[in-house]
Amino acid sequence: MSSLARFFSSRWGPIATGVVIGILAPLLVKLGNPGNMGVCVACFSRDIAGALGLHRAAVVQYIRPEIIGFVLGSLAAALAFREFKPRTGSSPLVRFVLGMLAVIGALVFLGCPWRAYLRLAGGDWNAIAGIVGLFVGVLIGIVFLRMGFSLGRNRAAPVALGWVMPALMLGLLALLVFAPQFGAKDASGNPTGPIFFSTTGPGSQHAPLLISLAVGLLIGFLAQRSRFCTVGGLRDLILLRDAHLFNGIVAFILAAFATNLVLGQFNPGFEKQPIAHTDAIWNFGGMVLAGLAFTLAGGCPGRQLIMSGEGDGDAAIFALGMIVGAGFAHNFSLASSAAGPSAFGPAAVIVGLIVCAAIGLTFREI
Amino acid sequence: MSEIKTVDARGLSCPQPALQTEQLLKRLTSGTVEVLLDSGTSRDNVTRIAKKAGWSVAIETKPGEGFRLLLKK
Repeated sequence: MSSLARFFSSRWGPIATGVVIGILAPLLVKLGNPGNMGVCVACFSRDIAGALGLHRAAVVQYIRPEIIGFVLGSLAAALAFREFKPRTGSSPLVRFVLGMLAVIGALVFLGCPWRAYLRLAGGDWNAIAGIVGLFVGVLIGIVFLRMGFSLGRNRAAPVALGWVMPALMLGLLALLVFAPQFGAKDASGNPTGPIFFSTTGPGSQHAPLLISLAVGLLIGFLAQRSRFCTVGGLRDLILLRDAHLFNGIVAFILAAFATNLVLGQFNPGFEKQPIAHTDAIWNFGGMVLAGLAFTLAGGCPGRQLIMSGEGDGDAAIFALGMIVGAGFAHNFSLASSAAGPSAFGPAAVIVGLIVCAAIGLTFREI
Repeated sequence: MSEIKTVDARGLSCPQPALQTEQLLKRLTSGTVEVLLDSGTSRDNVTRIAKKAGWSVAIETKPGEGFRLLLKK
């Protein structure tokens, strides 16, 4: 066990994790997930929000087992390696808001940082504007960090707090398996909801449940050990000149690129890319907001799920903020579609940036 | 110069523990620095940053509390 622990905390930990995710994500696409969406925490949060009826965009509703797997896989690793440490109290309300803003920005682009890299590795050149935006968002976050930004200290919490997020994930798993239908009856007398699953569109595209869950568990386990983080990689490279996590991102992109080539899933170009639009300005802008919100919250959305599995109640609040924010993103016409940005997406990005700047300027350790 | 400087980064989110340590080490040419941490992630990050800057790192695990890192140069 200790040699495994040493390997994952060495420079090879994030690299190995990146390679594994880079191979498995395109395989999930091959097995049924939407294009370049083997893993996307923003898109999957949006699908979960839809499945729970928090929005009613009929094409993006499914309880994604990968998300459940991330949390439970991380929980297993944290327990096995004695890193399960329930904690909370570092501005949870602000983290909820940051989760909402991050997912809104990501859904203007159409992908979290993981999917931005996966889109690049699949030949979707629109991702380049998104990744540049992500980089700029992280840079702005670094400016705030250098100015002394802090959401304050967390503190130890009762052990039970650490089990709340895993319990919520088990609840989601039960809803996925049983999909209860006892909601209001539609015109033909059939009950609708409270659980909704898409019959067409991206929400209807998914790998078999057990495979998605197993992949999620494995990624959750590895990412807990190696601290893989798609935002921390950029942040530490710039802020601390430390490439430890950045190497993981590079390995992730290269492995996904190679796997896409082997599977015939590499289709270079700007037009007709799966679940993507070609508006470079808002691909960029959406990810500036997401990158900033993730940096202020201390890590990418995948990392937040992993930390929630370790017992971090604040990271769990961020993840729940993403699910609620994704509901808002569709109900308020903020999320983009393949046709381009929606009516109010660009305005939401600007408002979100202002809110993030206010948070960045006002929150200090006391 | 024999005074031990302390960075108490317990409970802080990434990257603040590593950033606070790095900012202190940048101002020092030698001496002893104590860093208090409560997560394995921060322990690994601070260790990496300090070693890269040429400091030796001794890690003391305090069961139930966290870690005390002694950086020397």
